[in-house]
Amino acid sequence: MENVIEIIGIEKYIYLSIILFCIGVFGILFRRNAIIMFMCIEIMLNSANMLLVAFSTYHQDAQGQVFVFFTMAVAAAEVAVGLAILVTIYRNIGSIDIDKLKNLKG
Amino acid sequence: MIDILFYILSTITLGSAALTLLSKNPIHSALWLVVSFFSLAGHYILLNSQFLGMVHIMVYSGAIMILMLFTIMLMNLNISNEVQKPFVTKLVATVAFCLMGLIILSVVMRGTEIYELQYTTHGKDFQSVQVLGQVLLNDYVLPFEMVAVLLLLAMIGAVLISKKDKTEKTA
Repeated sequence: MENVIEIIGIEKYIYLSIILFCIGVFGILFRRNAIIMFMCIEIMLNSANMLLVAFSTYHQDAQGQVFVFFTMAVAAAEVAVGLAILVTIYRNIGSIDIDKLKNLKG
Repeated sequence: MIDILFYILSTITLGSAALTLLSKNPIHSALWLVVSFFSLAGHYILLNSQFLGMVHIMVYSGAIMILMLFTIMLMNLNISNEVQKPFVTKLVATVAFCLMGLIILSVVMRGTEIYELQYTTHGKDFQSVQVLGQVLLNDYVLPFEMVAVLLLLAMIGAVLISKKDKTEKTA
């Protein structure tokens, strides 16, 4: 069976997923819209997923892909609950600017 | 050929991920995120894991993006009236991004190599839907059922959190 890792090399996948993860971190620091921050969390989760799939192909073992499957389920649950929380915050405050959520500040 | 395909897909992934967080309109961000997810599915299919590619398209590009787009439209955010962060914060965010990328990349590049240079395949089938199903339902059957419970709990939780409080409304 043809293996892509032989042609491309695992290190390029490592670099790609590192850069993708850093883009996600950058978005968390750069924006103050809570929905965009959720999207950046998704980007970071996806970069980790992609590295898991690449290493699963590298080691030729199916268990890494099963892990990715579970991660996707957890991400879906997290997004559902998180967006529900955002809708409630929007209903109470009238915006989802995270700098306005200062109620716990002493 | 596969090399060129990998570079094109990587460029699309990184570019659309960057445009996700740089575009002013949240709906444009969501659409760029869809492009990024589709190219990641392309990466999965390039790695010959067809099952994960299909699941990725269905879960991310289908379910999660619909959820995000509906939330954006529900909050009426399509007018880009977002207050920007001050310039210093943006500068610090950019510097932190560059430093973090530099440090992790240099750790991976300069550290001990975690991969063998002489790489060989054993040629057995390990990632078709059949093999994945056997692994998932033999070795990982308990986590699989737990994921089902988790998704049910997330659904109940989302409904409960976003439900309108009736007592408060009448008062």
